[in-house]
Amino acid sequence: MLDPIQNLGKSGLRFFERLGRACILFARILGGLHTLIPRLGLVIYQTYSVGVLSLLIIVVSGLFVGMVLALQGYNTLVDFGAEESLGILVALSLVRELGPVVSALLFAGRAGSALTAEIGLMKATEQLSAMEMMAIDPVHRVMAPRFVAGFFAMPLLAAIFSAVGVLGGYFVAVGVVGVDEGAFWSQMQDAVDLRDDIYNGVIKSVVFGVVVTWIAIFEGSDAIPTSEGVSRATTRTVVHSALAILGLDFVLTALMFGEI
Amino acid sequence: MADNNILVKTRDLSFKRGDRVIFDGVDIDIRRGSVTAIMGPSGTGKTTLLRLIGGQLKPDKGSVIVDGENVHELRRSQLYQLRKRMGMLFQNGALLTDLNVYDNVAFPLREHTNLSENLIHKLVLMKLEAVGLRGARNLMPSELSGGMARRVALARAIALDPMMIMYDEPFTGQDPISMGVLVRLIRLLNDALGLTSIIVSHDIQDTLSIADEIYLLAGGKVVAKGSGDELKQSSSEWAQQFLKGQPDGPVPFHFPAEDYADDLLDGKPGRAQTRM
Repeated sequence: MLDPIQNLGKSGLRFFERLGRACILFARILGGLHTLIPRLGLVIYQTYSVGVLSLLIIVVSGLFVGMVLALQGYNTLVDFGAEESLGILVALSLVRELGPVVSALLFAGRAGSALTAEIGLMKATEQLSAMEMMAIDPVHRVMAPRFVAGFFAMPLLAAIFSAVGVLGGYFVAVGVVGVDEGAFWSQMQDAVDLRDDIYNGVIKSVVFGVVVTWIAIFEGSDAIPTSEGVSRATTRTVVHSALAILGLDFVLTALMFGEI
Repeated sequence: MADNNILVKTRDLSFKRGDRVIFDGVDIDIRRGSVTAIMGPSGTGKTTLLRLIGGQLKPDKGSVIVDGENVHELRRSQLYQLRKRMGMLFQNGALLTDLNVYDNVAFPLREHTNLSENLIHKLVLMKLEAVGLRGARNLMPSELSGGMARRVALARAIALDPMMIMYDEPFTGQDPISMGVLVRLIRLLNDALGLTSIIVSHDIQDTLSIADEIYLLAGGKVVAKGSGDELKQSSSEWAQQFLKGQPDGPVPFHFPAEDYADDLLDGKPGRAQTRM
């Protein structure tokens, strides 16, 4: 009779314990950022590995998302004779929503899972312990550079995603379904606002970058140091990141664009 | 007793993992310049002891004093200062897998000193020469055998010229030749560099051949201590069972369990394995 309640309490406690550990790790990473100044090379290398190596999947996905958007948008708009607004539709959807959200989801799958697996395996093979015993704080040496890399890479990847998406939309709109080229670009230019649309999109992708990288690093450092533990941690990174991205996207959208 | 002759001193050290008592009032003194072995059956927490000395774990009770400093009362920055003077050799070497042998040995030098790359190059080659692996400097850790990886880790551990080195099961899983190499290296480095060495092991012959003093742990306590010869003469049943490798004695063959007959007659059957 009491068992379910007891279990609920236990899992609740575990959740808050983990959340607490994650917050402590976050604070320690932020507190260790100054140690990165002599280690800029590490940050650049990590930015390469989470950012540049994610480019392919981001560019290809962006291109197709933009193309699909234009195709779908055209089919609806053409009924109202408004197909020249296709540029607005493509650009606003990408810059406000799809760019930050889809690229963050891809980033979590491509870079977040890799971060978790790498840190988890470093823990399992005692590399993190060895660093501690060499008086080198793994939070400074391993985690902070990866965090900063995610922080910078995510908004850049989202921007590239949106830009490539707009190009994909352009190919379909102008090249395939025959929307007027001048109307496509000029309407887009008129309707997309730097502050309301682009800045807000960038803010979203910064938030997603911080959250995804934080989850990935925490899950890696908190993984049970066995093969099963690391595989579970990697799965958790992708699932929790996706949930966090979609949940936060709603909150941020409501704050930025909603009439609240 | 001249206290500054003792480098590491544990007093009434107690440590629990969940409900399991690992240590229950352990007193150990490790003399400067000596090779001290901590021996005991598997699962007696020998590795845990090294982690307590290195400050990676906190004891429930008691103290660990290293070079006059209470490890568990230090702040993080002070603890890290102390660790710069401690080396630790992990069971599998724990080399950083994304760096080659040279960079692994150079790692602590680059992190902790402002030496020029030129000087680091010379130091790294000297450390690698000491463990006989100067020629392997460009290999990646995945290309090394287990014994070589441990020797590289040893070169890395002495890179900052520490005052002590802790060896976690250095002999496990070694072929006789690399075993002989490691045994000789540990003694040689200890004497040549004026180190203090702590070896955690359950390998009797090789450990007895180099250790000045041996602590035998069992059931969370020190059950016997002394030099190899003293232990062999010891009247302690623990010591005799351990040194002679008898399957039953004070350390029981059976893990604690309920009565055998009851277990067979009334015990619930297990379920078929659904994983793996």
